[in-house]
Amino acid sequence: METTSTSLPHGAAGHPTPAAEPRLAGDLAIWVFIMAELLAFGAFFAAYAFTRANNIELFNAEQAGLDRTAGAINTILLLTSSYFVVRAVQAAELRAARAAANWLLAAIVTGLGFIVVKLGEYAAAFAHDISLSSSPFHMFYLSLTFFHFMHVILGLVILVAMWNNARQGRYGPGNMNGIETGAAYWHMVDLVWLILFPLVYVIH
Amino acid sequence: MQYKSQAVAMPYFIAAIGLFVGQIIFGLILGMQYVVGDFLFPEIPFNVARMVHTNLLIVWLLFGFMGAAYYLIPEETETELYSPKLALILFWVFLVAGAATILGYLLVDYATLASMTGNDLLATMGREFLEQPLLTKIGIVVVALAFLFNITMTVLKGRKTVISIVLLLGLWGLAIFFLFAFYNPVNLVRDKFYWWWVVHLWVEGVWELIMAAMLAFVLIKVTGVDREVIEKWLYVIITLALCTGIIGTGHHYFWIGTPEYWQWWGSIFSALEPIPFFAMTVFAFNMVNRRRREHPNKAAVLWALGTGVMAFLGAGVWGFLHTLAPVNYFTHGSQITAAHGHMAFYGAYVMVVITIISYAMPILRGRAANSEKAQVVEMWSFWLMTIAMVFITLFLTAAGILQVWLQRISDTPMSFMATQDQLMLFYWMREWAGVMFFIGLLTYLASFFIKGEAKTAKA
Repeated sequence: METTSTSLPHGAAGHPTPAAEPRLAGDLAIWVFIMAELLAFGAFFAAYAFTRANNIELFNAEQAGLDRTAGAINTILLLTSSYFVVRAVQAAELRAARAAANWLLAAIVTGLGFIVVKLGEYAAAFAHDISLSSSPFHMFYLSLTFFHFMHVILGLVILVAMWNNARQGRYGPGNMNGIETGAAYWHMVDLVWLILFPLVYVIH
Repeated sequence: MQYKSQAVAMPYFIAAIGLFVGQIIFGLILGMQYVVGDFLFPEIPFNVARMVHTNLLIVWLLFGFMGAAYYLIPEETETELYSPKLALILFWVFLVAGAATILGYLLVDYATLASMTGNDLLATMGREFLEQPLLTKIGIVVVALAFLFNITMTVLKGRKTVISIVLLLGLWGLAIFFLFAFYNPVNLVRDKFYWWWVVHLWVEGVWELIMAAMLAFVLIKVTGVDREVIEKWLYVIITLALCTGIIGTGHHYFWIGTPEYWQWWGSIFSALEPIPFFAMTVFAFNMVNRRRREHPNKAAVLWALGTGVMAFLGAGVWGFLHTLAPVNYFTHGSQITAAHGHMAFYGAYVMVVITIISYAMPILRGRAANSEKAQVVEMWSFWLMTIAMVFITLFLTAAGILQVWLQRISDTPMSFMATQDQLMLFYWMREWAGVMFFIGLLTYLASFFIKGEAKTAKA
């Protein structure tokens, strides 16, 4: 195992410890939390699939009413935002505090873009009298997307805190725990959307 | 004892144990009434005995929580209590009000008690667990606010630790959610909806914060593990508890007239409620395994580990058994609920209060730990009570499964009372397990009076 771990090229450009033992990025606590989050979303996704299997026609018909373009734009926004966070972590590792802060700001702006698009979608849905009780599909659509929406907001709060720390130069090679922990959470928010979007908006 | 004012915890702990004995006696009476229907009738009807059993439980746990706060807050904040005198006054107010309420239940019929105590001014009585007369409810709020004032002022003037902040958060939450006990809308659905904001958001919400803080405090003391490590666990546990427990309230909203989406929300979130309890189990064992010192109080360590295991089994596993809506459709309000209620309360809250009493009492009595002999007796009481509770839970679960089958699933469903007749064997076994629990409790009491060479090592 040791030989493979040392001979494996480490992916990220400029990674300063290519020969290091594989390690967990970020704090162990955030991974416990992420696992619990994924379990919650996983249970919700499974419930969706189970209910859909019994109401395929209804689900297909109502799914057609969703704004897939908005969903696709949001997918691009979140993926881009995640990429910006990766760049921020890399910059912090190279002691480029200003660059790290700027990448984080870019991530925050794209994250806010997601919020704006999503609010537009909700406004349209409520204008059509779509509610948690209007149909099983709408119950899942609203619950899943709103549950995720709240995670985006929490993620943004974390990103703002990270941005503030980065601007003050608090991250560096010896002190990556905070930024990696926040980044791991933001990637989780992105990952969940990457399952949620095709599952609820596209697959039929 | 590092701070003089910690001594006020002692009367709280003694009262807690005294009321605990009362609770178990009424539990035995109730168990007997299940099998001999007119036992002690008409002196103590079933509904009154049940009210006393559950109300005493809540009151003695509150005494335990308050005693725990008075004990651990000075040590955490590294300062004397803001007002030890206020703490002692509140002790007597709470004890007298509690005793008067229980006597009211026992000596006056409930309707008369209601009219005597101003229920016509603001009707709050007659609801399960919130049966207390208006005056008692107001008394609880006054005592809680004065207690919180005392504790908060102490924290404000001293060192702020994660443990004291989490404990304060839990205690403030406890007081705030109790205010819904005063909201009693005419609409029965609304009534039930907000009733759970007291009942569920207490035991599956803010109480978990109190419990985690108490457990963390004792674990720091008995293991010597770094505060930083323990605090990180505490953060994870309370986050998981709140994330699952708050929306998990929905598992009570399946069949009360609330919208159907609660069946999904309640099922999914409450299905995850075992996670924080599992984290607590791992936490307790992990910390004890990484201990940096051998604390002379082995009994307290045993109670702490027991809390981790029994809370996970009772609250986590037995809760999960019937939390999913399609299962709960059949099991709702059956003996399965009773099985879960017994083991969850014992495993989580009874045991955590005994954990801190076990740790703190010897110190309050001027020694690091009790004598070997006293500890052995205390550990016997641990096993007697815990094994008895496992039996109570298993017998009630068996009764519940049979009940659900005969009454709700079979092709020829039986009536409620005809079904009850079929469960008698299990009810008898439950009562005997209850007797075993009571023997365990008496053993626990005896452990306080056993002399022997006290451990003097500094805690």
